[in-house]
Amino acid sequence: MLLVHYFRAMWGIVGRELWRFVQQRERFVSALVRPLIWLFVFAAGFKSALGIAIAPPYETYILYEVYITPGLLGMIQLFNGMQSSLSMVYDREMGSMRILLVSPLPRSFLVMSKLLAGTAVSIVQCYVFLAIAWWYGIEPPVMGYLWVLPALVVSGLMLGALGMLLSSFIKQLENFAGVMNFVIFPMFFISSALYPLWKLQESNEWLARLAEFNPFTKGVELIRFALYGQLETGALYFTISALLLFLFIAIQGYNPSRGMMVKKRGR
Amino acid sequence: MTDLRALSIHDLAFSYGKKTALSGVSFEVQLGQCCILLGPNGAGKSTLFALITGLYHARDGRIALVNYDIQKSPYKALAQLGVVFQQSTLDLDLTVKQNLRYHAALHGISRKQADKTIQQELERFEMFERLHEKIRHLNGGHRRRVEIARALLHKPSVLLLDEPTVGLDVPSRQAIVSYIHALTQEQGLAVLWATHLIDEVYPTDQLVVLHNGIIQITGTVDEVIAKVNADNLQGAFALLTQKEAR
Repeated sequence: MLLVHYFRAMWGIVGRELWRFVQQRERFVSALVRPLIWLFVFAAGFKSALGIAIAPPYETYILYEVYITPGLLGMIQLFNGMQSSLSMVYDREMGSMRILLVSPLPRSFLVMSKLLAGTAVSIVQCYVFLAIAWWYGIEPPVMGYLWVLPALVVSGLMLGALGMLLSSFIKQLENFAGVMNFVIFPMFFISSALYPLWKLQESNEWLARLAEFNPFTKGVELIRFALYGQLETGALYFTISALLLFLFIAIQGYNPSRGMMVKKRGR
Repeated sequence: MTDLRALSIHDLAFSYGKKTALSGVSFEVQLGQCCILLGPNGAGKSTLFALITGLYHARDGRIALVNYDIQKSPYKALAQLGVVFQQSTLDLDLTVKQNLRYHAALHGISRKQADKTIQQELERFEMFERLHEKIRHLNGGHRRRVEIARALLHKPSVLLLDEPTVGLDVPSRQAIVSYIHALTQEQGLAVLWATHLIDEVYPTDQLVVLHNGIIQITGTVDEVIAKVNADNLQGAFALLTQKEAR
């Protein structure tokens, strides 16, 4: 099979996802409203309650809004990953996944292309959010907007792969509420998105330890440092490792010859 | 002598746990032939389609599309196949053109070539003027036409249709039935059409009657009627599917 075939197929899958996102205006708006409420309301209320000490990558005292911005970028990607996985469950139930699976391409390639497509959508959302945050007064260095792109790609792929992995386990659309309660909320709250780890450590050692090994924390830290032109290598390695692990399981799950999809159909 | 076999199924078996869905299924469809897979609901037609399309893998038996084994050379086999599933698989929020371009991309067709073929296929179905309409705004018959056009974009040798006329009004059904039969003749396509509706069968069609996962009979319409000693196809189908296969 020619390489150009793979390229066209990948571009087709990514393009379709971007088109769908642009045309579903409600999805576009709701994807932005969620982090913006956290930024405009939650952060405004909490900034007096929480004092953030000087800690890398920040070189001076910062406002709470500045601190949670990378966390909210992570939140956008976390929810987008789940949204993509939700749409995969929906596609599977409605049958439209079949058209992808009967195309003459390896399933692992199709899963990776879907993942890339979801990540591309999340990056568009992140940059629109950063533009609104800039207007609100959160102004990272100009180069930070460029440096954050590869970080968003890696964290977006990792969180998207997590979503795909979960969608392999979800038997029906109705079970998705359970994922919200047992995966998304714990992942978001037991992380460094809303408060620094040392702050969490002061109140609960055990929670801080959990947060330290939460892949979402690593993704957020990768984004936080990149936004200020720095590379957090530990977070990068951890995020890439988590990405590879999640992706491997997700690909297994979408292989109808030995994956979970067939088991679900009762074979 | 030219080998005209486009779809070969040999001794195929599949089960859902302990429940046998298909057993000892063997038949062939040749290029230029329209083969009707006739069977009541639950006969195993959709399972057979899932196996031919590689969505399920059979433990026993062999499926080949133009000599490519679906298990050994799945990508070459799938490249030969166009499919219209029973459930609509179009993206409702995208236009006709976007849906068709997406399919073309999955088959590695260039944008320029895709647009040319999209125009050809849609014009044949008198659907080209709807190119920029969203699928959501099309009626059931038109959606089906788009799905058939999509299945033909990559010029497959075999076209699978899984009850494509279910839920359509009579004129839409007739239009699709006559279009597919004309296509078989003109383009030399091999068509496997699953249905439980007798009136979709043409006298020139090959028949495979499936019931309880087992092939009851194969042959031309006349042969089938003669073999079961019935007055017409309706009667033959009733005789073949009312008896207990197991």
